Amino acid sequence: MAKITVDGVVYEVDPANNLLQECLSQGLDLPYFCWHPSLGSVGACRQCAVIQYRDAEDTQGTLVMSCMTPITDGGIYSLAAEQASDFRADVIESLMTSHPHDCPVCEEGGECHLQDMTQMSGHNYRRFDKQKVTHRNQNLGPFINHEMNRCITCYRCVRFYDDYAGGTDLSAQASHHHTYFGRFEEGTLESEFSGNLVEVCPTGVFTDKPFSAQYTRKWDLQTAPSICNGCSVGCNITPGERYGTLRRVVNRYHNDINGYFLCDRGRFGAHYVNSESRLRSARDATGMSVSTTAVEARINEFASEGVIGIGSPRASNEANFALRSFVGAENYFSGHSDAEHEALQVLTECLRDAAFHSPSVRQIEQADAILVLGEDVTNTAPRVALALRQSVRNAAKSLAETSRIPSWQDAAVRELAQDSMSPLSVFACGSTRLDDIATTKLNAGQITLIEAGNALAERLSGRSPIYSDQTLGTTMQCVEATYTALMSAKKPLIICGTGAGAALMRCAANIARSLSVSRSQVCDLVLLPKEDNSVGHALLTSNENTLSCALGKLTKGEIKRAIVIENDLFERAPTALVKDAFAAAELVVIDQIETPTQRFAALTIPSATFNECAATKVNYEGRAQLSFQIGEGSDAAKPIERWLDVEGSAYSNSMIARCAAEVSDFERLSECLPDPLGRIAGLKVPRQSHRYSGRTAMHADRNVHEGKQPVDDNSVMSFSMEGMLTQKDSSVLATAWAPRWNSNQAISKFQAEINGELKQGHPGVHLLKRSLKGLAYDAENSINKSPGEYEIRLVSHIFGSDTLSSHSPAIQKRLCEAYLALNREDALELGLANGDLVSLGGAEGGIILPLIVRTQTPAGVALVYPGSSALGAHINPHDVPEYASLARVEFEPSAHSTGLGLSNLVVNDAYSGAR
Amino acid sequence: MTDRPLTKNIDLSRGALSLKDYEAAGGYAGARAIAGGLEPSDVLERVKDSGLKGRGGAGFPTGLKWSFVPKSDDATIQRYLVVNADEMEPGTFKDRMLMEGDPHLLIEGMIIAAYTIQASRAFIFLRGEYFDAERSIAKAIAEARDSGYLGRDIFGTGFDFDIVLHTSAGRYICGEETALLNALEGKRANPRAKPPFPQVSGLWGKPTIVNNVETLCNLPGILAYGVEWYQSLGSGGDFGTKLFGVSGRVNTPGCWELPFGVSIREVIEGHGGGMQKGYTLKAFLPGGGSTDFLTPEHLDTPLTYGAIGDLGSRLATGTMILLDDKTCPVGMIGNLMKFFAHESCGFCTPCRDGLPWVDTIFRDLESGKGSFKDIDILKDHVGYLGPGRTFCALAPGATAPLGSGLRLFADEFAAHVSGAKCPYH
Repeated sequence: MAKITVDGVVYEVDPANNLLQECLSQGLDLPYFCWHPSLGSVGACRQCAVIQYRDAEDTQGTLVMSCMTPITDGGIYSLAAEQASDFRADVIESLMTSHPHDCPVCEEGGECHLQDMTQMSGHNYRRFDKQKVTHRNQNLGPFINHEMNRCITCYRCVRFYDDYAGGTDLSAQASHHHTYFGRFEEGTLESEFSGNLVEVCPTGVFTDKPFSAQYTRKWDLQTAPSICNGCSVGCNITPGERYGTLRRVVNRYHNDINGYFLCDRGRFGAHYVNSESRLRSARDATGMSVSTTAVEARINEFASEGVIGIGSPRASNEANFALRSFVGAENYFSGHSDAEHEALQVLTECLRDAAFHSPSVRQIEQADAILVLGEDVTNTAPRVALALRQSVRNAAKSLAETSRIPSWQDAAVRELAQDSMSPLSVFACGSTRLDDIATTKLNAGQITLIEAGNALAERLSGRSPIYSDQTLGTTMQCVEATYTALMSAKKPLIICGTGAGAALMRCAANIARSLSVSRSQVCDLVLLPKEDNSVGHALLTSNENTLSCALGKLTKGEIKRAIVIENDLFERAPTALVKDAFAAAELVVIDQIETPTQRFAALTIPSATFNECAATKVNYEGRAQLSFQIGEGSDAAKPIERWLDVEGSAYSNSMIARCAAEVSDFERLSECLPDPLGRIAGLKVPRQSHRYSGRTAMHADRNVHEGKQPVDDNSVMSFSMEGMLTQKDSSVLATAWAPRWNSNQAISKFQAEINGELKQGHPGVHLLKRSLKGLAYDAENSINKSPGEYEIRLVSHIFGSDTLSSHSPAIQKRLCEAYLALNREDALELGLANGDLVSLGGAEGGIILPLIVRTQTPAGVALVYPGSSALGAHINPHDVPEYASLARVEFEPSAHSTGLGLSNLVVNDAYSGAR
Repeated sequence: MTDRPLTKNIDLSRGALSLKDYEAAGGYAGARAIAGGLEPSDVLERVKDSGLKGRGGAGFPTGLKWSFVPKSDDATIQRYLVVNADEMEPGTFKDRMLMEGDPHLLIEGMIIAAYTIQASRAFIFLRGEYFDAERSIAKAIAEARDSGYLGRDIFGTGFDFDIVLHTSAGRYICGEETALLNALEGKRANPRAKPPFPQVSGLWGKPTIVNNVETLCNLPGILAYGVEWYQSLGSGGDFGTKLFGVSGRVNTPGCWELPFGVSIREVIEGHGGGMQKGYTLKAFLPGGGSTDFLTPEHLDTPLTYGAIGDLGSRLATGTMILLDDKTCPVGMIGNLMKFFAHESCGFCTPCRDGLPWVDTIFRDLESGKGSFKDIDILKDHVGYLGPGRTFCALAPGATAPLGSGLRLFADEFAAHVSGAKCPYH
């Protein structure tokens, strides 16, 4: 720690940081633009100028940019000195010369960092009376609006988009006051993280397009802390609601998980809750609507007789637990596919294994050698992929340390390190969106990947590698390079996922175990499931209660009734098996959205979406997190536990408590709940800001009587403006706001230090104890390919492969058609070119897909993207064979055309050439 | 021995000397001195002793700059020499003469510099519009390569060295050494933060020395004829010779190699042939567009970094731009401001948004739309864009003619407002 004096006050600060960061950590108000807590300093905007004094005798001082000034012990500084504050006002005056002052019609107004900083800097009289510079805006796709005239040229957008997130299609163009931030031509921003521009931009250049279409000021949004349901990472989000509809999702800072950034699936996918696919009322098999009383009566009937329940990885712990207690644990079945169920068993075993540690996203960023084995992280857990882009920069940071360049000197570190990267080995089938940062890339089919995984585990365990096949030349080179990287690393990390399959996950576990044994330390192992509560659902399900077992019981008539919650079984098992089971059973389906499964239901019941109820979910680390109810919701769509009306279901807290009491793995679940006794004088935390407007008139179109505010018996939050100020306790913090800080940058006022924990910590709890001493797995390859057949590998896409988000209108504009991909040589050999139709395993009754040539597809492999169920035309991934012969077909398969085409496909290796 | 080490071979009426003729005129003697057994540290000491200062404008001691390259015997660490040949300072055309007139002198200087810092590779970052210089340098490099003066084990020293000639896509900011490095790496030509300095983290993150053309051309003489000879050339605390130039309404504008300490009067009235008939000297910028105005009362000042600095201006590139009594000073400054505003890279706020405002005010003054408020705003910008405020030296350079001009020509500025037009038109 160092001591510095700022305007006569002595502060204890961290000498590793720059002056600006430490001033903000101390709670001082010092304006800035180009500096960002995650992006570091570049010194572009000159807004954070302060005076630095040589010593106590120095009365003049020197003007310095605090973001570029390292802390010196004993340093004397002034923020208030006239020379500094005048200069800061001058900078604002300059920045504002061409700004349109369109705050009243700007989406950023009221949460604009530029507004805040302008006020803080004291520039209020406009002297500039010349012509402003204006720009042409671009259509940047369905997510982001572009309004360049508002730009103050802080360079944050390109520093985030290109430098931090690895994007390539946004750049700074032209110079002087014509500097322009955009694409080289109009078009959709390709990065999976483009939505962060909305929050990174200090003013309204990049704004949230879906939000604009149903705009509400920040202070009029009803918000509560929530958890993203887009994937298994569990990013913390703040959804905002007005007039009962979800308006937008913004990042909610979590030190260990998402930090300041979300992916576009999370940010724009949540709009599914407003979509036309939402189930609005209960209905019977004929589509006739059914009253709530009738639904309740029917459920009661179900309770009295033999019934099985099929759970869901996208339903909460409480919903799954309620179903399990409703039907009895022995009748509660997995809603995962059998393959996913098996993979999740490996995953949960590894979460209990003392040899491993499952790192948080923040800890992933600290890894200095990484193996990604078979999992397409960008498309299954995008926020982790963003973290991996930071981990490969650790080499740059250590280089900088050697050259005594502080790591916050962002541009200097990048200029010094250039392309030096910490080792990242990507073992994958086909191209991934991380290939550009991979130092070792093994591109091969599943058989080779398993062989490579096994060879690496062997090598790490000290046993000699198996060279079973002399043709493994490049493979063994990749194995050897990865071996060296992992062994010489301080914090090696192995990443795999259920998308890679159970066999590769076992390989990954073996690799991590060998590393752990040979280095006598716990090894970081990330195993990523596909969905937001895959882990929670898996922990509630017994290993033998597979989905096919449930379908078998129904088909055979052993049990006649089934309840399926929040699940489309045509995504989980082969179509024929599901249809046979449904034909033999009486089915009740409870879901948020319409799915093909409901066509077979005797009764379909709408359930509450993530914003309509409180719920806990368990992320890939085994971390349980609570998301609060945002809006009042409707009576028609209730949480599943309330429909099933099991004991304790009336209150989410009691449901959580019951689950914690009855399921041993969930023992600590109640710790997710904020301590109600911690509230000051019993005050609740308001969901509405102190500036929330129009409350008394909100329902005046229907009723002039001003109704009582709805009461929330369920949580520490209220549907009200009144209550405890959130500044008092950041543990239930939806929206950061502090006096003079209306933008999201206000979060610094709630952090113990910049980039650190929130002052009161983060809720959420790791459920599982690591007590197992596991053994090495047998990782056998199960694929038996005949000559002439292609290995078929399923691929996912960030937009389309997740069920709920695919119903979001904005996401739907980014979807693409189901396709089959081959490399150029294989396509040529089959006489195929882009757009041709291909049949898998014979044209008769088989699957027919359009071909796209993806140059990085391994030889002998066909990648199949099954499309998105949200638009109806897709293929059931479980109908796709593991290996098949391919042939060109001539007829038009009307059944498989959505008219979407493949123009939205963002991959690195699409071949646009002709035949 | 010569008293014109930089230009003795230059005769613009013919082409540059070939390698053979250059050697016949005593060329590559400096390089051969290295082959005679000088260690890099010996050369460094000699350059330090000579008192050579950088001729790019800042006048920073060259030996001292080189000594900041981290000392390491590790030959595997790549170091680079970069020649700043992006001569774009208004009124400056001295490097052009050297490159067109005697490219082998530059190459020899580069060999000496590169050997001293052990840089096996050098880049000449040449202003894109210097077509003739490009041709002459490319030819000279080819000759040097053919003779084994570039390539492996040059002059039998065991030192490998080669040169890449890069022609700039053209921005004034590329003359800023770190922006130049970014441009050379194929990136946007924004300056870099200092520290770290290029000597530590330069081109592609490697230790790099960026030197001006004229600076490097001083080295062969220093090595061939010695420090004592070199120091005997200048007076007034600066050593050696310097290319001084004059542009404006003199009878014979041009560029001449003269010893430090020569008076301004001698350059303007002697070499420049005095003012053209009907014109009197009103003021002048002593060292290119980024220096403060001086007036006729300063004509007897010796041309040294110190003496010009004492007057509150800078010697900088040593190429004077003269203002006569028939030319509007406001128009002249406005022309410079238009240039600087246009050439701002757009990185830091004061320069990016301040200079265009200044430029616009000058346009308004010119067209009679200016106001006294505008003149106050100009005055404010002199401080706002000054040293320490901005990311690099571009905007502070622009404030030199602006600030001094506002002081010296207050009446002319006021006349533009009160007369609602330019009094010179």
